[in-house]
Amino acid sequence: MVQQVLPLAMIRGEAFIEQPKDLFIPPDALAIILEQFEGPLDLLLYLIRKQKFDILDLPISPITEQYMEYVELMKDVKLELAAEYLVMAAILAEIKSRLLLPKQAVEDDEEDPRAELVRRLQEYEVIKQAALQLDELPRLERDNHLVEVALAKNFVPRTALTDVDISELVSALSEVMKRNAAFEHHHIQKETLSTRERMAVILSELSQCTEQKPFVEFSQLFAVNEGKSGVVVTFLAILELVKESLIECVQAQIYGQLQIKLRVAVNENN
Amino acid sequence: MKTISEPQLKQLIEAAIFVSEKPLSQQNIKQTLLADYKVTKKRIIAVIEALQLEYKERGIELIKVASGYRFQAISSLSEDLAILFKERAPRYSRAMLETLSLIAYKQPITRGEIEQIRGVAVSSTIMKTLTERAWIKVVGHKEVPGKPAIYATTDSFLDYFSLGTLTDLPQLMELTHSEELTT
Repeated sequence: MVQQVLPLAMIRGEAFIEQPKDLFIPPDALAIILEQFEGPLDLLLYLIRKQKFDILDLPISPITEQYMEYVELMKDVKLELAAEYLVMAAILAEIKSRLLLPKQAVEDDEEDPRAELVRRLQEYEVIKQAALQLDELPRLERDNHLVEVALAKNFVPRTALTDVDISELVSALSEVMKRNAAFEHHHIQKETLSTRERMAVILSELSQCTEQKPFVEFSQLFAVNEGKSGVVVTFLAILELVKESLIECVQAQIYGQLQIKLRVAVNENN
Repeated sequence: MKTISEPQLKQLIEAAIFVSEKPLSQQNIKQTLLADYKVTKKRIIAVIEALQLEYKERGIELIKVASGYRFQAISSLSEDLAILFKERAPRYSRAMLETLSLIAYKQPITRGEIEQIRGVAVSSTIMKTLTERAWIKVVGHKEVPGKPAIYATTDSFLDYFSLGTLTDLPQLMELTHSEELTT
């Protein structure tokens, strides 16, 4: 099938057959220009603007052709860059082929294949413009110069060396605690101390007990430095171990210390 | 609590903003500089406004940026002053400016979203430089697979560009929408 000769572009209904004269760029210059592109979208925008096309009328066929020329050149110059550019080449080719398909009247409400690309180009152009504007904003170091003033010769930095009474500390602390309480939220957090892990620790501790002294005192299982949560976790671990019949909790006399020991398995297989 | 006269207060605030390395906010002035004095917020603001008026005709001005008040040379002198700072002003690449613009205008934004719009990968060096300059910061992580970091700009960014808030940024270009594309 012979492809119909398409006009280079349709600009607002007008067909352009000839390429504008200012299109030609010498290959050497091209290599330099290529380095300045921030990516395929930037290159496409350049091609569109260069030929004074309207972005909304995106003429896929000529744009794709020129784009491919650039990509070919890019492959020679900077191979690693090509990947992102190749993706765009594929997108362009896909749009082009979809545009070539005969249109069926039934599917009239189908979106123009170019719409997504046009949207992306526009979105990028907005940011490209914003970046230029940002660059023009007056900024420190370049446009705005801060005032630096020396301090007088008799200037001595003030270091706070006032004596603090212990009662002041206490009252300050209570203030903080009070404020803290007012801001307290109910946090549900994943436990940092694992009950399972603690169960294992307790078991290994108990298994080190000798025949003569098979007990460990209840209080000894708690590490004070772990604070409240440590105590709770240890206690949970003990409860869990008792429930699973792995340890025994006994009290030798009334008001005496609780003693913990490994439970001797009654049934060996259990 | 000590009291302070109007002229003294003006001198003190003027000097404080001058010698401070960072912009001084009104709260900062009240809570640190004037901690020992009995001065109302209203008085501080009035003094600052009076100072701003006094500097109207001078080569330096008292301006308000995101994190507070600072003195700087008036912008009409920038070109002539630049000769003093020849090698100091860094130039930023388009890639960096575009990335920064995206974060500024579209924050909170993930790196993936930046790449989506720019159509190219964002280099780690750029993100690192922007973070090191304290212009951007991670404000959270998106609840999607991979938990990508969400970026936003900081007060330092606004200070650097002499902006008070994000709304002071230049307007984004208007998009032209066309319902139908011509084939």
